[in-house]
Amino acid sequence: MATTNLHVGTAQSRLDGPAKVTGTAKYAAEFKAADLAYGVVVSSAITRGRISAIDAAAALAVPGVIQVFTHENRPRTAWLDYNYRDQVAPPGSPFRALHGPEISFGGQPVALVVAESFDLARHGASLIRVTYEEEVPNTDLAKNREAAYVPPKKRSGIKPPPDPRGDAEGALAAAPITLRHEYKQAVEHHNPMEPHATTVVWEGEGKLTIHDKIQGVNNTQGYVCSVFNLKPDDVRVISPYVGGAFGSGLRPQYQLFLAVSAALDLKRSVRVVLSRDQMFTLGYRPETIQTVALGADEDGRLQALLHEAVAGTSTFEDYQESVVNWSGLLYHCPNVTLGYKLAKLDTYTPADMRAPGAVTGVFALEVAMDELACATGIDPLELRLRNYAERDEGENKDFTSKALRACYAEGAARFGWARRTAEPRSMREGRELIGWGMATGVWEAFMMKSSARARLSIDGSLEVACSTADLGTGTYTILAQIGADALGVPIGRVRTQLGDTALPEAPLAGGSWTAASSGAAVELACRAVSEQLLAFARRIDESPLANADLAHVTFVDGEIRLASDPSVRVAVADAMHAGGVETVEATETAKPSLLTSLRYAAYTHSAVFAEVRIDEELGVVRVTRVVSAVAAGKILNLKTARSQILGGVVMGIGAALEEESMLDHNVGRFMNHNFGEYHVPVNADIHDIEVIFVDEHDDKVSPIGVKGLGEIGIVGTAAAIANAVHHATGKRIREIPITLDKIIA
Amino acid sequence: MLSESGTRDAGDRIAITLTINGQRRQLQVAPWTSLLDLLREDLDLTGTKKGCDHGQCGACTVIVDGRRVNACLALAVMKDGASVTTIEGLSTGALHPVQAAFVEHDAFQCGYCTPGQIMSAVALIEEGRARTREEIREYMSGNLCRCGAYTNIVDAVESVLNGSSARREAAE
Ligand code: FES
Ligand code: FES
Repeated sequence: MATTNLHVGTAQSRLDGPAKVTGTAKYAAEFKAADLAYGVVVSSAITRGRISAIDAAAALAVPGVIQVFTHENRPRTAWLDYNYRDQVAPPGSPFRALHGPEISFGGQPVALVVAESFDLARHGASLIRVTYEEEVPNTDLAKNREAAYVPPKKRSGIKPPPDPRGDAEGALAAAPITLRHEYKQAVEHHNPMEPHATTVVWEGEGKLTIHDKIQGVNNTQGYVCSVFNLKPDDVRVISPYVGGAFGSGLRPQYQLFLAVSAALDLKRSVRVVLSRDQMFTLGYRPETIQTVALGADEDGRLQALLHEAVAGTSTFEDYQESVVNWSGLLYHCPNVTLGYKLAKLDTYTPADMRAPGAVTGVFALEVAMDELACATGIDPLELRLRNYAERDEGENKDFTSKALRACYAEGAARFGWARRTAEPRSMREGRELIGWGMATGVWEAFMMKSSARARLSIDGSLEVACSTADLGTGTYTILAQIGADALGVPIGRVRTQLGDTALPEAPLAGGSWTAASSGAAVELACRAVSEQLLAFARRIDESPLANADLAHVTFVDGEIRLASDPSVRVAVADAMHAGGVETVEATETAKPSLLTSLRYAAYTHSAVFAEVRIDEELGVVRVTRVVSAVAAGKILNLKTARSQILGGVVMGIGAALEEESMLDHNVGRFMNHNFGEYHVPVNADIHDIEVIFVDEHDDKVSPIGVKGLGEIGIVGTAAAIANAVHHATGKRIREIPITLDKIIA
Repeated sequence: MLSESGTRDAGDRIAITLTINGQRRQLQVAPWTSLLDLLREDLDLTGTKKGCDHGQCGACTVIVDGRRVNACLALAVMKDGASVTTIEGLSTGALHPVQAAFVEHDAFQCGYCTPGQIMSAVALIEEGRARTREEIREYMSGNLCRCGAYTNIVDAVESVLNGSSARREAAE
């Protein structure tokens, strides 16, 4: 079947746009139930120790307070750790809310107050008296570095660092140019604008409909069924809209557990919404201390590369991400040693946050490369070209495609890189120092198994559906575009359904794999629909398509046409009449090719160029220009794709300059747990951002040639900015965020 | 909380009148209920979002008597007699030009900050203060967008501003 490309590859406005701009899009906390009760979480005041007593009497005495759940009266749930492990749980014992009196992280939920209204529940929560036996918390990563360990159990889906190649220490000792420095990534919290929330609708007889803030409804359903011993038929999860997540919604969070516990116990509907400060008691990007050592020839060619990272995790789970692996594949280098260790802290378990590991690791590598450029006097862009990796030397595989050279060239041209003067502090305008920096970005291009359904109706409307989520990523729209082109339907007649466990199962929306995975599934399902339609069309008496096979027809404007002679055609409606049906439907499953993944390495790449302007006396850094040139295979929707990159760049600017959850190690808690003190970029912080998608044809990475865009926009952005800060000021700052105290120090 | 769902004495409640999206409503509200919770929980106007409940994010922005206000920082009883416009009341049928511009310029991703951004933008354009992109950025900075749609938000607001100034010039 030849598909037309009327929609795929063009700029299409979001199909979910009207619902979002009119306020009719419903998020997890916005579903109604006649018997709704409200739960408010009481958070632990200590970080480590145990609850010695909990007094709920005053709360229970408030008229309208229905029940207070604590570890003393919690409903019975599954016994084994195994039952609490969700689809993306790292190795360890998942946190169980209200399980016992032990406290193992700051802000741990210790009670849920359920009342007839939100106000009453909140008031009740303020009346809960908890006494604790407090122990000294251990939250300082630097102090735990010596005790760091290589995680004994690997997290599924996360590659451990590859084995060393060559002799990195030896080559480093022999190299004429060497550097070795330490780089730090601060803790960052995802802070999606929508707080985590769950509404459990009690449907009677133990049946639940759950609206959860989750990046994949099947994960919620699986978790609830396994923890509460329920049947999938009795638990339907519907979450059509997610108010941002960036990874915080990959794993079910504790408000889900609490809301379901309360609903089952009270046999009524319950909503639990976390407050913004409680959003700082969930997962986060872990603090990571890294050492990078580079050894090179005088002409900048890398001879040795060492990259080691120590990251914090909780006492109960070994969260893992790929921090150092990027250093093994981004550049050609014969001698490489990579290491990754964890240190246990009295914190909640970290969580994947937009480009987990890559933001951290690529920052260190790309700042180190800039330092090498300075040490050798070679232009930073030229240095990267000299060390360009033609294959993945870490895994010893060819790339499915790699148009990074085009990213460098087109990004540099657009940015005007050639006009950069090499010397730090050499560019200025008035009071402001100007700095230009660049960095490379990389992220793995994954594809996961996904199912999807397509249903074409005789009235010409098409529905495509699967269970994954659209977090703002554009999934509603791209799946509709794929369906529209496959079956010749105008996009206005396509409806996409997502976020419902009643739909064919698709993976969690994460890792930038949704477009490739669910997009391929929609295309397969549409193909199966077209096969059925063609079979019907051939059945028509004296059908003009009697001898046509699928490879020779196209579906355009509600007709099946011979590709070679479009005047030979059958209307889809006539085909359905011939088949005696009013709809044609198919569900198909797309799977990644094992052979391809054994033979090839698949990555998206980017080149990021940043301009900063710094008033040195004030220490304020403004990122006045960013150009992000991205190679990500086929781009499905130019409009939403661009937005994905813009969003990544903005979060990268936040990581570079603003975002830091600060632990007070005396009490083991994050001090700045609100938007007033945890700074994310605001509109005034963001100036010009240009996005370029370079041509990259890839027939191996996924059946539809797509690599995914959710993460690549953030990777490398902080390094480009840090390098620009150095170019502007001559100061090399190796810890992000680069706050003004570091500039004026 | 409204009287009909009541568990507390009616005496705890205060009678107020609000005009919400053009509709006059007589309400009994508890003195501590925020305008935001009144809208979201009692009146089912969930288009107005809660992002922080502390006046730090702008997701709850509504227009009260022509001014943009953080509904989480306003107690409902303090707004007795006021006229409130929420995202649900911005347009009937066709999209308001700001809503249409947000769709056209892809000025949102997850959509959670969007009603607040749009209400802010509508009031900002009414105020007539913002002329340049720089000013739009500055005056829209009370509305956080974690998805990072800022440049597109500025494009959307600017396009409506230019459109309305073009209309004004044409009228002159
Ligand atoms: S919810 Fe009102 S400002 Fe954030
Ligand atoms: S669109 Fe998601 S927070 Fe703005």
